[in-house]
Amino acid sequence: MKALDLQALSKNFGGLRAIRNVSLEIEEGERRAIIGPNGAGKTTLFHLISGFLFPSSGHISLMGRDVTTLQAYQRAALGIARTFQVTNLFQKLTLFENILLGVQAIQKARFCFYRRVMSFRGIVNETERLLKEWSLWEKKDVLLKNLSYGEQRQIEVIIALATRPRLLLLDEPTAGLAPAETTLVTSIIKGLPREITTLLIEHDMDVAFEIAEKITVLHFGSILAEGSLEQIKGNPKVTEIYLG
Amino acid sequence: MKTSEVFKGPFLLVFLFAVLVLLLPSLVSNYYVGLVIQIFILAIFAMSLDLLVGHTGLPSMGHAAYFGVAAYATGFLYFAGIKNFWLVVVLGMGLGGLTAALFGLLAIRARGPYFMLITLALSQVLWGIAFKWRSLTRGDDGLPGIGRPGIGLGIDLKPDPHFYYFVFVIFLIVLVALFILVRSPFGYTLRGIRESESRMKALGYPVWLYKYLGFIFAGVFAGISGVLWVYYTGFVNPSNFGIDLSVKALLMLILGGSGSLFGPVIGSGIIVLLENLVSGFTERWSLVLGIIYVAVIMLFSEGIFSGIKRGRN
Repeated sequence: MKALDLQALSKNFGGLRAIRNVSLEIEEGERRAIIGPNGAGKTTLFHLISGFLFPSSGHISLMGRDVTTLQAYQRAALGIARTFQVTNLFQKLTLFENILLGVQAIQKARFCFYRRVMSFRGIVNETERLLKEWSLWEKKDVLLKNLSYGEQRQIEVIIALATRPRLLLLDEPTAGLAPAETTLVTSIIKGLPREITTLLIEHDMDVAFEIAEKITVLHFGSILAEGSLEQIKGNPKVTEIYLG
Repeated sequence: MKTSEVFKGPFLLVFLFAVLVLLLPSLVSNYYVGLVIQIFILAIFAMSLDLLVGHTGLPSMGHAAYFGVAAYATGFLYFAGIKNFWLVVVLGMGLGGLTAALFGLLAIRARGPYFMLITLALSQVLWGIAFKWRSLTRGDDGLPGIGRPGIGLGIDLKPDPHFYYFVFVIFLIVLVALFILVRSPFGYTLRGIRESESRMKALGYPVWLYKYLGFIFAGVFAGISGVLWVYYTGFVNPSNFGIDLSVKALLMLILGGSGSLFGPVIGSGIIVLLENLVSGFTERWSLVLGIIYVAVIMLFSEGIFSGIKRGRN
């Protein structure tokens, strides 16, 4: 089954055609990277897929279901999770509370207002498990804003995983990281269970080539090329606009 | 400071505070008992506003709307012969919540300063109605002569000390209810929205609905304070809808510290005591208050409650 199917997707901002007639199919379990120069429309494409923007024309299907008109939170409930290019977490809450909000997002109990959250063993245990799995348990009571930038980038990925997504959208997960931290985040992503379909925007070509099996190159809002690593590396058009 | 520390609170202090509260009517004159009644009622009002300001990040400038609706409802019900507190408070909460449900539809789409202005405008509409619709509300003369309600159990609320204990019990019930609410999954979600709406949407939370429900909860709890206030003062007038009252509650949050439960209570205590004590010494009491407000905001930008806690750590 196709995890994600974009059909003739376009998005215009006034006269600017940010996404032009993009069709893209991603198989379940696939790991795909989208690369392209600045302003190619990568993040706009992510906003369209996750429901933060709505397309001017075209259709979006998730797991065979048309989600074109669904709101972001409704798409999340169907199994899309995303990270943000600029770290977008709960800065004045503790690490534990950050992860807890991710875990709680898919529980029916999230609307409960007459019982303490700590009395929901399922939510608390899952939060504990995630923090221990990612070796962050001893920092659970630290306010998020007091964690390092590298840790925050990791938590961007972990909080998205807390919602048990079927399709994970990663918007430049290694942006601004030091080489050692980039290696860590890359290995986290490579170590994700295969049943999570992963779509990655990446500026760093080495990271993209390391994680993804298939690459899509976006240029001025259209797909310029699509293929395996070798095909992309050998494509003269890609070399011209991107690899230099 | 850790967010979760906000919830631990100084329990020994709370115990001593409770003993003081219980003995108070035998220690001081009725004038001071009256001030403490005001503190408790306005603390309920400020805590209900804090649900929006401190927890959800919605800076409402028109919170008096729900206080006033419940206040006028209490007045009208009294003159219609309905004097049972429990019935009136349920109706007051319902009307506060209903008004919030209507206003929320208009206000929640706006953000930041626009949200402040639209909530202010909506509450001023109610103020205008109370002021101008003389045949119903008697305008700025208000509705005087509202007596204390019956609560069953053979307890007479007419003496201020009796009413004082009663208000304290209601205050405790509200405190416990809010204590649970802000720690519930719903409460955590509100704080998530305060920190990042877009992240909450990406996680799958229907953000608008949570804000709307939070808005209604705030209206319901504000309704309780409106009912109690009218039974304490014995009259209703348009100032129950006034911008002074909305801003006073915001000042309580700023002074005491928002996003915590004790902050608004401390803020209410400071403002009620200052207003009454300073005005006893000088005619220029509002100037003195203004200077104190500025000084506190400069010294404790997160409120006095967080200032105290930081000092302890």
